[in-house]
Amino acid sequence: MANMCPYGRFTHAVVRGIPETFGKAVGDSRKNGETSVELAKAQRQFGCLTGALRQKVGLQLIEIPPDPELPESWRIEDVAVIQGDTALITRPFKQQRRSEAEAVRKVVSELNLTVVEMGAEEGDSGGATLEGSDVLFTGREFFVGISSHTNHRGAEVLADTFRDFAVSTVPVCGGARLRNICSMGGPNTIIISNSDGAKKTLRMMEQLTDHHYEVLTVPEDSAANCIYIKGPSKHDFLLHRPAEECPDSASAFQKLQDYTLLPTACSEASKLGASLSSLCLLVNRKHTYF
Amino acid sequence: MTTEVGSETEVKEKAEESAAETDQSEKASEEAPEVTAAEGEEKEKDGKEGKGIARYLPTWLKKQKSQTSPTKEELTTRESDSKDAQEEDGPVPEVNGHAEEENEAVKSDQVKEKEAESHSTASADTEPAKEEKVEESAEKSPEETAVTEEGEGAEEEKKEQEGEGEAQGEEGGGEEGHTSIFQSPLRLVRKNKMKQAVCLVTLLDGTDFTCEVEKRAKGQFLFFKVCEHLNLMEKDYFGLAYIDSHEQKCWLDPTKEIKRQIRSNNWQFAFNVKFYPPDPSLLTEDITRYLLCLQLREDVASGRLPCSFVTHALLGSYTLQAEAGDYEPDQPRPLDNVGQLTFAPNQNKEMEEKILELHKSHRGMTPALADIQFLENAKKLSMYGVDLHHAKDSEGVDIMLGVCANGLLVYKDRLRINRFAWPKILKISYKRNNFYIKIRPGETEQFESTVGFKLQNHRSAKRLWKVCVENHSFFRLNAPEPPAKARFLTLGSKFRYSGRTQAQTRVASSLIDRPEPCFERTASKRSSRSLDGAPRISITEATSENGRDPHLDLLSDSKSPNRVHGDNIYVRHSNLMLEDHDKTTDEVLKHQASISQLKRSFMEAPPPSPPQPNQWEKRLTSSPAPTIRIQQQQQVSLEEEIASVLLSRHSGYCSAPPACCTPEPTLDADLTPGSTSTLAATEESAPQLEDVSAAENLISETKEPAKTAEVEIEETVVVQEVSIAPKPGLVSVTSPQEVAVEKEVVVTVETKEAKQESVSSESESEEEAEYHPNVSVSICHTQIPEEEEEEEEEKEEEKGVSVPDGPSLPAEVEEEEIEKKKNVEEEVEAKSNNDPITTQATNGHTLPEESGLAPEEEEEEEEEEEEEELKMNGEASVVEAEPRPLVICCSEPPVVKTEMVTISDTFAAQKTEIATKEVPIVHTETKTITYEAAQLDGNGDGEPGVLMTAQTITSESLCTTTTTHITKTLKGGLSETRIEKRIVITGDCDIDHDQALAQAIKEAKEQHPDMSVTRVVVHKETELAEED
Repeated sequence: MANMCPYGRFTHAVVRGIPETFGKAVGDSRKNGETSVELAKAQRQFGCLTGALRQKVGLQLIEIPPDPELPESWRIEDVAVIQGDTALITRPFKQQRRSEAEAVRKVVSELNLTVVEMGAEEGDSGGATLEGSDVLFTGREFFVGISSHTNHRGAEVLADTFRDFAVSTVPVCGGARLRNICSMGGPNTIIISNSDGAKKTLRMMEQLTDHHYEVLTVPEDSAANCIYIKGPSKHDFLLHRPAEECPDSASAFQKLQDYTLLPTACSEASKLGASLSSLCLLVNRKHTYF
Repeated sequence: MTTEVGSETEVKEKAEESAAETDQSEKASEEAPEVTAAEGEEKEKDGKEGKGIARYLPTWLKKQKSQTSPTKEELTTRESDSKDAQEEDGPVPEVNGHAEEENEAVKSDQVKEKEAESHSTASADTEPAKEEKVEESAEKSPEETAVTEEGEGAEEEKKEQEGEGEAQGEEGGGEEGHTSIFQSPLRLVRKNKMKQAVCLVTLLDGTDFTCEVEKRAKGQFLFFKVCEHLNLMEKDYFGLAYIDSHEQKCWLDPTKEIKRQIRSNNWQFAFNVKFYPPDPSLLTEDITRYLLCLQLREDVASGRLPCSFVTHALLGSYTLQAEAGDYEPDQPRPLDNVGQLTFAPNQNKEMEEKILELHKSHRGMTPALADIQFLENAKKLSMYGVDLHHAKDSEGVDIMLGVCANGLLVYKDRLRINRFAWPKILKISYKRNNFYIKIRPGETEQFESTVGFKLQNHRSAKRLWKVCVENHSFFRLNAPEPPAKARFLTLGSKFRYSGRTQAQTRVASSLIDRPEPCFERTASKRSSRSLDGAPRISITEATSENGRDPHLDLLSDSKSPNRVHGDNIYVRHSNLMLEDHDKTTDEVLKHQASISQLKRSFMEAPPPSPPQPNQWEKRLTSSPAPTIRIQQQQQVSLEEEIASVLLSRHSGYCSAPPACCTPEPTLDADLTPGSTSTLAATEESAPQLEDVSAAENLISETKEPAKTAEVEIEETVVVQEVSIAPKPGLVSVTSPQEVAVEKEVVVTVETKEAKQESVSSESESEEEAEYHPNVSVSICHTQIPEEEEEEEEEKEEEKGVSVPDGPSLPAEVEEEEIEKKKNVEEEVEAKSNNDPITTQATNGHTLPEESGLAPEEEEEEEEEEEEEELKMNGEASVVEAEPRPLVICCSEPPVVKTEMVTISDTFAAQKTEIATKEVPIVHTETKTITYEAAQLDGNGDGEPGVLMTAQTITSESLCTTTTTHITKTLKGGLSETRIEKRIVITGDCDIDHDQALAQAIKEAKEQHPDMSVTRVVVHKETELAEED
């Protein structure tokens, strides 16, 4: 397919800074606010992540300034699904997050991506919710986790947007998000957590796919979210949680041969249910047609 | 129904065609139809009264005809009517074949359908072999004299045939020429002329094709007419569709009368792609790809095949390139041109601009290449080849069921919500408007489950069911399934897929040997600039004289060396839907024809009188050579040493009755002839061997570079030689040697299939047994019909019998057995990964310790092997007794002295009844020599892979014991089969170990001609017995 090339080639990363309101989620999740998050630490970790993406991996980084009005805007992954030269601006589950899309929309159009909207609240896609952290693109197909934040209608919109690809829905257990329990670890490798819920999801993925993926299981949920990028010189980079955060999984990553492993801390964001990949949108502006 | 007959005759036709075609090309006539037609007409006149159609009817048909014709003339049944009519009307061989079957059917009218079906399926199994045979006969090897005759007259006949075809195309029947012999048929036909119907077939390019068929004609008659009109040979991917009385699109069943299917007397059909090849690049001919492109363009434009904006644009640009040629900047208003074409359901200016933009980048691309690119992109679309059916799930929710090459997909509003791959489906059935699939239990489940869907009505349920049956058969089976077996489908109608499977059609395609037919792309009439004189892609070699695209030449170059040197390897074709790995498969398949020819001619060639050095030896000596030489030396020294009782005797053999102490002289006497005959055989077959291994080398060489997505099969042969000196004093020299021959060849096995040339299990006979091209492709080995295997096995057996055995050998075997088999054990066995035949051949010999790895195939037992089994029971352990690591890679193997006590202890329990005194076991000298081929790298060790199957088979016959360990690993998308053979040669000092070793290696190679040896480990063990 025109857009079908092995997973992992990216040229740009879009991130959004951590606002001062970090951790002060709006709405009923006041209790969550009590989980002590350290703003400074989160910002430091964010800095490490972006630094790794830019300097180690060599991506062009586009950083959208933080907006204190949007305490969750740093979870930029949620607001768009980008594949090839198409960006689908999603409709997050939380009403108050939907305005986060504006800045992202601007950036992706500047990147010359074809911007696709979810459509009006009413109409065909009415009631559809979709968040990028429930979408796993493997290079060959999409898996959409049906979770508390993403529903079938949202997945349908995704399928309608990316018509070249099979879009399969998989269940996500325990309030998690699909990307919390799995991520791509290579063009053909899925890293997935060893938890029961993840296993269930994996079984479904295996059942639904026409392709064969290598599976790297890691004992901890949080370790399953990594960022894989094939660098300019075809070198494999994997950003993963450091051993301090996921002691049991560190050895698993060693199995990935010839990878440059970039341990990247993400403890603060993960306290809020986010993960490494939540913090960035990856774009490939260099796709070829052949 | 006419599968087998059809393809056989078709192949014949092809053979003839090639002859004719070369002839034509000599005349430098670019196969303009008129020319041939004229030629044909001339010929026809010449010999018309006398011969007529009968000349190109297959001989068997002639015979049958002459037998039955008196009866037939009186028969006024519909059957004979239609039969004759078809014979008349159909110069197409398939139709002849069809008619022939009907001939049979006439005999027993009631069981007509049944018989016809069973007939075809019974022989379908052996079809590949038949095809080979046919090919052979085309080469004038006197298999059937009649056929040879045909082959000789092939040119002539071909011309006639073409002429006939042409004439018929024009006159819509042209039977008049053949009155003399076929009077009665003709009469009947004339009568039937009243009952002709005019069919209107809409072709893929939008044009209509009209033809008259007899009203009673079956679907395939019309289909063949259309294919003939299109000049299409790879026709199995296509079908005729009609709209039934309920406005539903249905596939015309080729085996049934058209009239009964269409109902409304509306003789309108559409020629469509029925099975979308998962990898169109494997199609042999451009014309096939072109037709597939036409279908896909329509699918895309109509929205049936959804794709994104970019993909629409890209596909559109390739369409434009193929149809309009290069982008012309000075073309006044290119957009107008584009606007006339429909590329997408919601085509807009933006898309057209994008199409034009991309079109510019395709400059210089030939139409054929543009088609290929189109298909390469289209095939990756997730809905490519998915046939959607509306349904409701058990809860009444609207869903879509998609049938495709891989299985059954369940969609809900574009979202894939479930998928049932064919291997997971045990049964498909329908009842009223319900459609059921029975699912194989998963790893975690215990019971099979049945999933039900509701369709709109009974008819749609049946239609879906039929589509499933056909798709499963086509993509998944080796040969169409016999209805009687009904393993896969039990309920419902008797309907089965009757055409060729993808596997079969690929084989057939690989035999297509005609120049690429000229065809015009619809739009290319408008601007044929780039079509004219543009190089065309030639897949078949026959086209090499055509101007070829240089870079495509490169592609084909990678193949031609193989052919030139004649890789003498039987590559078992894999016919799974190998999306990524198919390429090789097909390439390899293409060689198959030439390979088998070579092989055959080779077999026919007289063996050179001087014994030639074994190819293996050559290889050894040429590379890490010293191995064998060293062995020889060792051997000598070993023989000088005193040895006591052979270990293996202790273990395996000692369980035999006390009679074991048979007089030694007998043994020796027996031994010698045994070994000599072996040697003789070796000599005789040496040339073959050479050929084989040369070919193997070749294959690995040539394939290596083109390693796109190939599966590597590795074979390891371990030969172990044990010498026994069966002296009364129980002193013997044992020099066990182990030779591991690992072959590695790139063969195209995606998952499970490797069709194996099987050799009968007697070692001596095997040596002379022919390479019998039993194509047995097991796609999904759980679904291999047992009967097929049995038949094939039987055939082999026959072959084996015909081969002269070493005269004294059979007797020897028995003797040896009685004498507790002390002396030389020679082993043979045809083993290959998952090959059903060979697996069975060796079943039951799995080593205990490795039995966990035994594959499912073991269930499929075969009686034929039983006698062998008897011999081997209890002996398998001998082999098992050598779990030595194959260690050292060097030319100077270190000599390690070890005690073999462990082993003997292991089997101490068995040696209860040794008649003589306890045998002392002393030293053992063990030498391990490893030879590794250079290309071993990356195979095997340490690589993460998924073990698919592993099996161990042990068998032994005369003087060798072989343990075959088959391991399958899946690395990424590649499946690798690695066969490790451990061959134990047991013999006393009199044995020429070199010879035995060479022999063993040779046999191993013969058994796995499609593999290459990557490693040889010679492990020589000598027992230095201390006499007390």
